[in-house]
Amino acid sequence: MARARRLLPIYGLLLPGMVLYGLWAAYPLISSFILSFSEWNLTKPTVFIGLDNYTRALSDPLFWRSLSSTLGYTIVSVAGQLVLGLGAALLLNQRIPGRSLLRLVYYLPVITSWVIVSLVFLFIYNGQAGALNWLLKDVLHLISKNIAWLAEPSTALWAIAILGIWKGIGWTMVVFLAGLQSVPRELYEAAAMDGAGAWARFRYVTIPFLRATSTFLIVVLTIGGFNAFISIFVMSSSATGTIGGPLNSTDVALTYMWKQAFTQIDLGYGAALSFLLAAAIVVVSVVELRLARRQETA
Amino acid sequence: MRWVAFGIAVTLAILMFAPFALMVSTALKPHAYVLEIPPKLIPDPLTLDNFVEAWTSNNFGRYFLNSMIVTIASTIISVTLSAMLGFVFARYEFPGRRVLFGALLFTLMVPGLVLLIPQFVLARNLGLLNSLWGLVIVYAVLNLGLNTFLLRGFFAAMPSEIFDAASVDGAGPWRIFRSVAIPLAGPGIATVTIFSFLAAWDEFTWAIVTISDKDLYTLPVAIRLFQRANGTEWGLVFAASLIAMVPVLILFVTLQRYIVSGTFQGAMKG
Repeated sequence: MARARRLLPIYGLLLPGMVLYGLWAAYPLISSFILSFSEWNLTKPTVFIGLDNYTRALSDPLFWRSLSSTLGYTIVSVAGQLVLGLGAALLLNQRIPGRSLLRLVYYLPVITSWVIVSLVFLFIYNGQAGALNWLLKDVLHLISKNIAWLAEPSTALWAIAILGIWKGIGWTMVVFLAGLQSVPRELYEAAAMDGAGAWARFRYVTIPFLRATSTFLIVVLTIGGFNAFISIFVMSSSATGTIGGPLNSTDVALTYMWKQAFTQIDLGYGAALSFLLAAAIVVVSVVELRLARRQETA
Repeated sequence: MRWVAFGIAVTLAILMFAPFALMVSTALKPHAYVLEIPPKLIPDPLTLDNFVEAWTSNNFGRYFLNSMIVTIASTIISVTLSAMLGFVFARYEFPGRRVLFGALLFTLMVPGLVLLIPQFVLARNLGLLNSLWGLVIVYAVLNLGLNTFLLRGFFAAMPSEIFDAASVDGAGPWRIFRSVAIPLAGPGIATVTIFSFLAAWDEFTWAIVTISDKDLYTLPVAIRLFQRANGTEWGLVFAASLIAMVPVLILFVTLQRYIVSGTFQGAMKG
């Protein structure tokens, strides 16, 4: 009785949040998992078809192609964000003037919505009079004629990855800055007294201290890369008229899933694709954490 | 050495800011000058017509209001409920604690689009398609897991003595939550408020799937569909985009000092 009286207000505090979570997150997740084993399209009655959606996905060349594009996009965008984010953090970790203004400028893309930044880059990449073509052709003379960056199968995905890097540098920098602040000043001073140059101090003092931060960032940024959607959705459909265009070259896992679910209204297949993607994310995260741990012990 | 670093930092800042500069300058140009070569950074002639037109004749005032209602309502719900959850998970032992917390965290790993299909069906069955309420509920859930995780870290890091003292005085969990925990959690609340506001203000996918009534558009949907329909009116598109950025900028500049210290204090000590 006393125990019930003690527990009642505790569950009372949990109740509203857990009910909301249960109805709008847990229940949809479970029902979606069950329906991924069904033919499900809202018009005909739902039929259980076992593993058919999953076997279909594994032999669907366009799904594999979308996965490999996802991987390419992720590798490029994660590497770019890590290198430039670390660079920005190292710069702002020095005593230079205007640090808080610089930090705000680097962070601005992070707080701007995906739709807006996608439209801005659509404008910059414009095939005729875009700012990028003007810069590369008329100012730097690096190209001889205008390039339709988003309508060219060989450039479209990478042009969108550059947007991803630009948008993520600020966030990566903030996390690196928090990591850099954990490095004790005395260590740098001791290393300097032992005659270590700037590079040696960076290599043997800073890098080891940033290991946990880097692992965290690699895992989180990789998940972000696998979830790339709005930029590709907006830019490919505006530049080429089809989501994932030109010629499926920008089709990533989520745009492909979107088209199956909401254009083809093949919801069961779309659900199966989404769970395959979730599984891929878990596998990649575990591999990354394993590799990071091996690095640490080596 | 210091000045080399400064030079590189400024160069990087110019590159990072260039797309925004282009956006502002395009929004201040009359339509005929938008795609001129070479592009002029300082518009000549300069005009505010795009801002006036975006706000008055393209219903963007209405969309701004929709975004405000949805964002504020969902932020209040999400922050309140996740503060209650985070407090209980941090300070009390009870049966089911690990399972419930694990279930909340599990959603952090699932891609948002996984939930999109079944949430769509659920909203349809509950009559929440084409309704701002449908947006409010889903946006409130969107951040519940992350907010709870961060706030739990804040509440766990508070010294036990103050809670013990309050318990001895006979205060129950609700009293302690309201009059002890919340007043001490300022930076944590500020951090999750920014995250929730940003996520709801910028949300696009759920809104474009569930809202088809033109009067219920939120800003991201309206801006996107406006650009689709009037492909070359870039000045107007960017004027509307800049208007949409104002609330986020104000909130961010006011609360930004909490972000770095706040977030990582919460996450690392959790």
